[in-house]
Amino acid sequence: MSASAVVFYILSFFILATGLLAVTSRKIFRSAIWLLFSLTGIAGLYFWLQMEFIAAVQIVVYVGGIVVLIIFSIFLTQQSGKDLPPPVRGRAVFSALAVCAGFALTCVLLRGYAFRPAGYAVAGAGPGSGGAGASVGNIGAQLLSTTEHGYVLPFEVISILLLAAMVGCIVIAIKTKPEDQ
Amino acid sequence: MSQVPLSHILMVSTALFFIGMYGLFTRRNMITMLMSVELILNSVNINFVAFNRYLYPGKLEGVFFTLFIIAIAAAEAAVAIAIIINLYRNFHSIDVEAADEMKF
Repeated sequence: MSASAVVFYILSFFILATGLLAVTSRKIFRSAIWLLFSLTGIAGLYFWLQMEFIAAVQIVVYVGGIVVLIIFSIFLTQQSGKDLPPPVRGRAVFSALAVCAGFALTCVLLRGYAFRPAGYAVAGAGPGSGGAGASVGNIGAQLLSTTEHGYVLPFEVISILLLAAMVGCIVIAIKTKPEDQ
Repeated sequence: MSQVPLSHILMVSTALFFIGMYGLFTRRNMITMLMSVELILNSVNINFVAFNRYLYPGKLEGVFFTLFIIAIAAAEAAVAIAIIINLYRNFHSIDVEAADEMKF
């Protein structure tokens, strides 16, 4: 087993263990911190896959944005020292059973399927042969290109969506005036 | 990287997806349910990046889908937290069982 494979298995163990702690921890603030570790591990997995730009976006948006937002909302709505109520026992048992069954089924399906690189892939560009295709320059050029394989229309749609989400957040979370109540 | 088969990466993302699913089933606090949804979205992102890396090495479609999913997840988290804070003002709790009536 090479060093690269060892790094992958350590990373995946880290991601899964912290993810499991994030969904089972009884203190909500610790749960958020375990989620932070899990998302950072996923960024490490992207680095391992030589997708540096995605890893950077993951760290900036998830770790720097979403988790901070979650922690803010925990402090706004919750006594963070208090334990969460434990899950109902029957519900926990049955959801664990359902989840294990789903995982086993998906693993069986994955083992039975032979994944082959697409025939029209670039010749000689097998797994792990340089990350030139995913450089930031290529990503930016194709993201904003208006030719056949360009992604400028989804890019604009996403920017409209972000604007709508921003306005929507303000409208939803705005305080109602006292005379309305 | 080439020593690890694609199916192992897919198994990791499957496990992460079902961990998020377990959290979504058992938790009744809205913020922790939102965290589970984030885990699920991340497992999908791992799938897109791994498929792009292993099966279509010369292309960038998986990267774009991952970027768009991250952007949508950010928007979704922001709206969800606005809804949670609004709900907390009305019900003084963010347990989904407490929110048993709609407007008024």
